[in-house]
Amino acid sequence: MRILPITDSALIIYLGEGLDPAVNRRVHLLAATLARDPLPGITESVPGYASLVVHYDPLTLTHAQVADWLAARAQSATEMDSRAAKHIEVPVVYDGPDLGFVSAHCGLSPAEVARLHTQTDYIVYMMGFTPGFAYMGRVPGALITPRLATPRTRVPAGSVAIAGAQTGIYPVESPGGWQLIGRTDILPFDPRRDPPFLFAPGDTVRFIPDA
Amino acid sequence: MLEILSPSLITTVQDGGRRGWQAYGVPVSGPMDALAHRAANLLAGNPPHAAALEIGLGGAAFAADVDCLVAAAGSGFSLTVDGRPMRMWTSVYVRKGREIRLDRMGHGNWAYIAIHGGLDTLPALGSRATTLRATLGGDPARPLAPGDRLPIGPATRPLLDLAARHLDPGFIPYSASPEIAVIPGPQAAQFSPAALFTFHSSLFTISPASDRTGYRLGGPPIPREGISELVSEGMARGSIQIPADGLPIVMQADCPTMGGYPKIASVISADQPVLAQAPIGTGAIRFVESTLEAAQARYRQVLHRLDYGIMTLDSDEALWL
Repeated sequence: MRILPITDSALIIYLGEGLDPAVNRRVHLLAATLARDPLPGITESVPGYASLVVHYDPLTLTHAQVADWLAARAQSATEMDSRAAKHIEVPVVYDGPDLGFVSAHCGLSPAEVARLHTQTDYIVYMMGFTPGFAYMGRVPGALITPRLATPRTRVPAGSVAIAGAQTGIYPVESPGGWQLIGRTDILPFDPRRDPPFLFAPGDTVRFIPDA
Repeated sequence: MLEILSPSLITTVQDGGRRGWQAYGVPVSGPMDALAHRAANLLAGNPPHAAALEIGLGGAAFAADVDCLVAAAGSGFSLTVDGRPMRMWTSVYVRKGREIRLDRMGHGNWAYIAIHGGLDTLPALGSRATTLRATLGGDPARPLAPGDRLPIGPATRPLLDLAARHLDPGFIPYSASPEIAVIPGPQAAQFSPAALFTFHSSLFTISPASDRTGYRLGGPPIPREGISELVSEGMARGSIQIPADGLPIVMQADCPTMGGYPKIASVISADQPVLAQAPIGTGAIRFVESTLEAAQARYRQVLHRLDYGIMTLDSDEALWL
């Protein structure tokens, strides 16, 4: 465990390294502990794959106060602290513009790509990039495909994509470099809905074929 | 209502920023120059984080359909009301229909117009800050256009009581070639001594490709040899990323919540407004090392001078009835 300042009003706590689901699980437990029993002056926390960024008000707290408090919580956080993670099913039509490339790259038929993609419960490791974009994994080994060599300038909202061992859904139209294999009608982000975000870090997601 | 007569390249509504949603990927946004934004609000008799206009990278003109009290603050602009020069960093009583105009003057990029009562646009996720990249907030969530009309919140004090108050911004070291204090970033120790030396000893320019998301710097590339691959982690305004080409990017108000490039340093809060106002394209900046303790002490000091530095002008120069 390492704690370092990232700015004069935020710090980062590393609970491990790389893309390790067990480490990521501990990140979500620590975030849940913070949400349940907040230290006044901590404004928000942001889970990454192996780290948690904690923002604080420097008029109220010092780095050392936040670091000591977090270090103690990181030691004591257990599965008991887990927030009620949701399980969400997402219907997908597998007809994305990169389905052919992914098929060829993996040596699978498009139907097999779709079948493999729908066979796993994915974990929301973290969120970012655009509001509501959930980084999920791990994609079955046979489906692992690198990013596009040249990112698209416009990816439509609702595009279902993979990149490396990750999968995700573009919540809003944005640029993007992931391989687009399908689309869904569900909205990961809808500002008029309460709550506006469908996914939260730590949730599990299953894609369902939508004929 | 406050009507946009002619906007600048980027005129948006900004409050103190949208907090509490970064775990879902929502940038904080808020003003590029938080000190000028706060000063304009305090001078206008508003809470410090009230929604105000941010005028960026060009002149702009506005008019209200009611008598109002406004305050303009920022760097690189001058203020006129119906053609008459008025002081910046000063509260001004403006009769309805008069043209409130900001023109480019001197060095700087961003100015704020706060109006007493605040801009009462529809909040999104608890904030009126406009996030252009996510088309969020702002109502409309886009740069403002001629003819846009923004609701003004109710007055809480008599407008004339608030007029002719001034704040001297001399304690904010705006400059065309500022020294910007930084503290080490979380990956600073992974950079070579030569890379750190280059970063701390070189002059950098601010590229015209800069925007509210990040300031891209021109100068000698920072070598990245020996830096291990990073999985995405949270970052924040002020974080200085070193991408593959070695040219630093300083994250600004619309900073994405996550990043995968190593962060060599972070601009201290007190100097973020100074960097934001350093001229894009022509400025030359240099980074100087500071410490976390010194950074937080400077931030407290700057806020104190801002919150307690307002004085009432003797003359009636800020009143134009």
